[in-house]
Amino acid sequence: MSEALFRVEKLTRRYSDPGREVLGLDQVDLSLAKGGRLGIVGESGSGKSTLVRLLAGLDRPTSGRIWYEGTEITGLPERRLGFLRASVQMVFQDPRSSLNPRMRVGDIITEPLRSRLVRRQLSAEVDHGARLAEVLAAVDLPADAAGRFPHEFSGGQRQRIAIARALAPKPEVLIADEPVSALDVSVRAQVLNLLTELVADQGLTLIVVSHDLMVVRHLCDQLAVMRAGRIVEQGATSDVYSAPKTDYTAALLAAVPKIRTGAGRGDSEPPGRFGEPKSGREGAHQ
Amino acid sequence: MKKAQLVAGLVLVGLVVLAAVVSLFWTPFDPIRVVPGERLAPPSLTHFLGTDGFGIDIFSRLLVGARTTLAVGIISVSLAAVFGVPLGMLAGQAGGWVDDVVMRTADVVYALPALLLAMLLASVFGASTTTAMIAIGVASIPAFARVARAGTLQVMAADFILAARVSGTSRWGVASRHVAPNIAPVIGVQASVGFAMAILAEAALSYLGLGTPRPNPTWGNMLRDAQNYLFVAPLQAVWPGLAIAVAVLGFNLLGDGLRDYLDPRLREVP
Repeated sequence: MSEALFRVEKLTRRYSDPGREVLGLDQVDLSLAKGGRLGIVGESGSGKSTLVRLLAGLDRPTSGRIWYEGTEITGLPERRLGFLRASVQMVFQDPRSSLNPRMRVGDIITEPLRSRLVRRQLSAEVDHGARLAEVLAAVDLPADAAGRFPHEFSGGQRQRIAIARALAPKPEVLIADEPVSALDVSVRAQVLNLLTELVADQGLTLIVVSHDLMVVRHLCDQLAVMRAGRIVEQGATSDVYSAPKTDYTAALLAAVPKIRTGAGRGDSEPPGRFGEPKSGREGAHQ
Repeated sequence: MKKAQLVAGLVLVGLVVLAAVVSLFWTPFDPIRVVPGERLAPPSLTHFLGTDGFGIDIFSRLLVGARTTLAVGIISVSLAAVFGVPLGMLAGQAGGWVDDVVMRTADVVYALPALLLAMLLASVFGASTTTAMIAIGVASIPAFARVARAGTLQVMAADFILAARVSGTSRWGVASRHVAPNIAPVIGVQASVGFAMAILAEAALSYLGLGTPRPNPTWGNMLRDAQNYLFVAPLQAVWPGLAIAVAVLGFNLLGDGLRDYLDPRLREVP
């Protein structure tokens, strides 16, 4: 746990519109150990998505530095980011937008495997068909899904496809940007449980961005609260929940509506899953 | 209603294609050989649409003219698409100064009428079907580039492009696997509308003597010949004019019909 997987130092990203400068990210420092599950919360415009896009190498910071496994990724050209592409994968908010409507599910999921950048990183040649079957099974989709198009699936299933794509190259880190907020409330729990299981089974390091504190609380053991491009509070999820240090966090926590999703769930489910009260701590943040 | 447009377009275009195909195997009379004794015959059972000032059967010339029309349309639209679409995709994907250079150049070409280009080419190489095709094709490149760029920008804003980048997909892979398949429908619509424009432009060029030279028949040069006899045999000008109108209308309806048919807002409803 000593060596940080991701390390971020004084990261700043400015967006300049003509006549107006917007500070997307302001001097952010962050460190995430291997196997950590970090939740990033904050209101819209607080810089959550900007931060994870920088971590995923999808954008370049105005200033500041990012290291992944000790290698600095800021300033590296795309062709040398292969190691990052092979080990950091992302799940986006809306699967209607994140899945190419004209590609078959099989091609969508194996896309990371077919990239030359990623292939160079993988130790042995991966059998696409076998890996495809593996990840489809891992996300509980039928094997015949591979030949179909995204529009033939429901929202929840589509997000499973997106998750399967992210898992295909066997990444170290999974970044999920609002993974359930575009989904029907009824399937959110399923997708969250799936993510929990996958992270546990495959030993993934997880970064979840959400405006929904319930989601983060369920998935993550560490929490970073963002506001106006800065991290205003950071710590173990339970600590932040039970004793928020800033008024902002307290206000965010107070804004969480009280919901119950536990009704009608089977007894065979493992304990501690989403929507099921774990202990007396339930009352602590209400 | 929307489908009716598409069907009407297909029928009219089908008519033109049929005429062109039939002319390959059969025409009632020789469409080129002059027959002095039968000049300006009115429509009859032997000559359905009468004969022109050289005594040549107008119906036969119309059929063969369809061939030229389609050939010019196909070649010039292909030329415009082959250059315009990749340029537009490049501009849309690269952005920045590449976008500026490509699109401002396109604006310059757009400002140059096909007619002027055709006159230039005709005066250098002599008027022929080929110069007409090239002139129309080059003049249509900007339209294709613009449509391709607009479509590309739209696709590039989708999250699956980010997902592709996270997956390490190269720019070329993004263009070929993500952008191209998604802009294909709008390019198809543009091709159909561009075809109609090309037909009109070809007719205009032939009419002015900048396209296919006589004796080879095109609808444009038939109009030009008919002009000499406008007061003697006015019907002679009607037939090629009607043919041009049918073809242009057909391709325009086809384009509009396709646009509606492929409209994602109508398609998204499962």
